[in-house]
Amino acid sequence: MFKIFGLIGEYFMLMGKVFSKPEKVSIYRRRVVYEMEALGFDSIGLTAIISVFIGAAITLQMSISLESPFIPQYLIGYATRETMTLEFSSTVVALILAGKAGSNIASEIGTMRITEQIDALEIMGINSASYLILPKIIATVFFFPFLTLLSIMIGVLGGYGIATLTGIMIPDDYIEGLLYDFRLWSVIYSLIKIAVFAYIITSISAFCGYYAKGNSLEVGKASTRAVVISSIVIMIFNLILTQLLLT
Amino acid sequence: MIKCEHIFKSFEGREVLKDISVEFETGKTNLIIGRSGSGKTVLLKTLVGLHRPDSGSISYDDVCFSGLGFSERKAIRRDIGMIFQGGALLDSSTVVENVKLPLDLFTDRSEREKLERVRFCLNRVRLENAEHLYPSELSGGMIKRVAIARAIVMNPRYLFCDEPNSGLDPQTSVVIDNLIHDITREYNITTIINTHDMNSVMEIGEKIVYIHEGRKWWEGSKDNILQADNAELNDFVFASAMAKRAKGSIVK
Repeated sequence: MFKIFGLIGEYFMLMGKVFSKPEKVSIYRRRVVYEMEALGFDSIGLTAIISVFIGAAITLQMSISLESPFIPQYLIGYATRETMTLEFSSTVVALILAGKAGSNIASEIGTMRITEQIDALEIMGINSASYLILPKIIATVFFFPFLTLLSIMIGVLGGYGIATLTGIMIPDDYIEGLLYDFRLWSVIYSLIKIAVFAYIITSISAFCGYYAKGNSLEVGKASTRAVVISSIVIMIFNLILTQLLLT
Repeated sequence: MIKCEHIFKSFEGREVLKDISVEFETGKTNLIIGRSGSGKTVLLKTLVGLHRPDSGSISYDDVCFSGLGFSERKAIRRDIGMIFQGGALLDSSTVVENVKLPLDLFTDRSEREKLERVRFCLNRVRLENAEHLYPSELSGGMIKRVAIARAIVMNPRYLFCDEPNSGLDPQTSVVIDNLIHDITREYNITTIINTHDMNSVMEIGEKIVYIHEGRKWWEGSKDNILQADNAELNDFVFASAMAKRAKGSIVK
């Protein structure tokens, strides 16, 4: 128990270093752009592929579950949109990104730690925590919401595609369902969630990497630990944010 | 000049440095030598501020470095250059970007001026035509040279080298040693080199400190190390077959 409190204390101390005054803003700006490409753009493909298939699968499942003359067909489109918006494109995408971007961050920073690159930055008088971690946090907090928007759009397109291809429902009904009882707040809620999750993924993964010790085996363990802890914290915050924002 | 007095350092109850007091002189290549695990890397990292000593003091030209806080240390750290064992170049940056980084962060020079300075340093270490290569594309010797260029780009007053020629062939080792020695003389800086390479000791060891089991065991120069009356030091110095033969010829 004391160990957990110790780790939480270390995490907040690291965050204190991360959010201290940067040496030179222009250098950090350049690094943010670089990180957006490495952590954001490079995740577009994976997010798109998973979203299109999940959107299609949800539509198929809904059409089977709601197969009744008393239930209007447009509800299939409505259910697909709501599932994608409220849960999949923020929470599930965050879990996927915890696996991809999170492990990438932890292994990159962990490798820098064990090969003394972080020590080299410190010797130069650079705040290594801020220099390495802050641009990643800014990049993901601002870029991951775009991935969520993309995921929602591609997911509902996937549903439309499967509805059209298999003929399980009339495409116009699907579109009617997509537009039915549309609330902008659901999208905003989803974007707030992914921004918080982006911070969780990046900061926890960076923390795990920053304090990696020993050899490459330890970097691998730090990377796994980053994904596991990020995923658990994401699930806890998913519950908290849903309670705060939707009820 | 860098001075440390009564330095103690332990990790998880294991005492690694025991009461070390040394003065490292300006304009000279000061060598810390000793067997693997003797505590010389811990001493170097303690001197440079990567480890905090349990007790004792470290001063840089009469400024008590070990007593300074994080932000106060930053000012002195900009006067420090360090060459790590593996080079510690940033993997995601090219040679130019690696060497230019301190200039980017701590100076207001124009891009042209910064590049001029970087090229000057790369020429100084005789490394041309490698500007846009990444560390993974460089040989061991080239990595060390880039590390030296990065260490001197800000005109440091103190240069620390952790086993600068480990993993290098004998010829490249001599080149790196001489380069560090020349830079030390040229810019009149305080250089501390951590090594267990006897060739380096005999080439550039103007002041030598021998560390044995965490204690300072012997202090002298390359001129008197071979005649030292110290059993542990002699075991270390004459460990290789070549050194034993050399010793035989000295005795004759």
